[in-house]
Amino acid sequence: MSERIRLIGWSVAAVVLAALSVPWFLWGTDTVAVGLPVWVWWHVGWLCLTAVAFWVFTRTAWGLGVEGVGGDG
Amino acid sequence: MAEVGLQVGIILGYVAVALAIGVVAYRLTERSAEDYYLASRTLGTVVLLFTTFATLLSAFTFFAGPNISYGAGPEWILVMGLMDGVIFAVLWYVLGYKQWLVGKANGYVTLGEMLGDRFGSVGLRVLVAAISIFWLFPYVMLQQQGAGTAIEALTGGAVPYWAGAGGLTLFMIAYVALSGMRGVAWTDTLQGAFMLVMVWVAFVWVASAAGGVGSATATLGDVEGNFLALGGGLYTPQYVLSTAVSIAFGITMFPQVNQRFFVAESKAVIKRTLPLWPVLVLLLFVPAFMLGAWAKGLGIQAGPQENVLPLLLAEYTPAWFAALVVAGAMAAMMSSSDSMLLSGSSYFTRDLYRPLVEEATEQREAFLGRVGVAVFATLSFVASLFQPATLLEIGDTAFGGFAQLALPVGVALYWPKTTRWGMYAGVGGSQLFYLASVFLAVVPRSYLGGWSSSVVGIVVGLVVTVGVSLVTSASAAADASVYATGAD
Repeated sequence: MSERIRLIGWSVAAVVLAALSVPWFLWGTDTVAVGLPVWVWWHVGWLCLTAVAFWVFTRTAWGLGVEGVGGDG
Repeated sequence: MAEVGLQVGIILGYVAVALAIGVVAYRLTERSAEDYYLASRTLGTVVLLFTTFATLLSAFTFFAGPNISYGAGPEWILVMGLMDGVIFAVLWYVLGYKQWLVGKANGYVTLGEMLGDRFGSVGLRVLVAAISIFWLFPYVMLQQQGAGTAIEALTGGAVPYWAGAGGLTLFMIAYVALSGMRGVAWTDTLQGAFMLVMVWVAFVWVASAAGGVGSATATLGDVEGNFLALGGGLYTPQYVLSTAVSIAFGITMFPQVNQRFFVAESKAVIKRTLPLWPVLVLLLFVPAFMLGAWAKGLGIQAGPQENVLPLLLAEYTPAWFAALVVAGAMAAMMSSSDSMLLSGSSYFTRDLYRPLVEEATEQREAFLGRVGVAVFATLSFVASLFQPATLLEIGDTAFGGFAQLALPVGVALYWPKTTRWGMYAGVGGSQLFYLASVFLAVVPRSYLGGWSSSVVGIVVGLVVTVGVSLVTSASAAADASVYATGAD
């Protein structure tokens, strides 16, 4: 995979991780499951997923878009 | 009264521990500015993570955050998660890792220094430092004010406001002047671990006293059904997004956080911290903010000036535990202030005093930095005695003010065609726009159905920086190659 495609892929992933950390589709829902509102559980799960995604990033793509860019370009 | 004695004892105990750490750190300190401000860029994973975290969010975790959840529902869990767990983590990589690479290669200690060197411009360096101190100073004043008020309330007026705030100020001057970044980071680490343990013990304690997590939430649903539904009242999608984006960008440019971009020991340290951000945010804020919301259902009556978490703990946990949390929260305020003092002083000595007054040696600068801490803390303490309305307003809007710097800095780091004039216009223009929205009635604070002027200003800063850079040419003194970071 080329550098550019990987950069776009990870950028999209970052935007999706941010965008869905708030469960917009549950707006107005007040259902409670296992003691907490379901939207809290979604958030907990999503941030755990985010942590895993960040970990994978550090293992496979660290430096992407940052090292070897800028300056004299 | 036994409770007051206990709380004061715990605060004094914290002060003693912090001073002891300061002395140990001082003995390890070399007499150079880089060591004083940055601990010679040697912080490891846990210390870096906790010092960044504790520096920023300590008092908010225990006081303001639960208060908002009590008043409007626990949706701040989402704001915090999006802001700190995702957006800040991404910026930690995009801005922070880049700044670390650039800072290490060129020996930068402050943001202003980094920008001034790249654009060959003392003026830009001075501008960025001046803007940072403008927003930081009232924010430090608010911390002193909060601590002074809390001590006065804690002792039932036995220690008056000025003595509480003044005593803490003296302590911080002694301690920060002594230990520098190394000592500050170490106490922050203890502080962060302490906060994490406290919040979970409180959560479990209150939940079991209320008949379990499910029962506490069900009671809240009976009393204030809207609090369980996502959104409503204060919380609109625009509010959640504006707040999260503005604060996440603002955090990165707060001097005490931005400077932490420079202090990691190695690339591996920054790597390891990235996936830990979302986890740490969840661990701290879900229990803290649920406690605030539960307090509503459990019938805790908190006035507009009162903090709800101490009241809840006083009701459901033994006095010694409530005292421990309150004292811990005040110690937490101190751990934020000491970092701000250190960074504020470094901006002042390095970016204002040195370029404008006298070129100092490294040793002399480390000495000046200590003097700067004392001057900065004393001035903000004096200001906190008078609490001028303008300064209070600036302190309250500081996150938005710092957020305006983030995108021009990001553009400068990544786009070689950025020019000095683009930076002046982007940094200056977005600041002027944001200040106008805060202080001038004719400039609205909210746009297009609820987007804050801070977020609008961030976009303005980006557009102006890029636009002006495109129509101006690089000055002879600019050197884009200083930001080139080779793959290694």
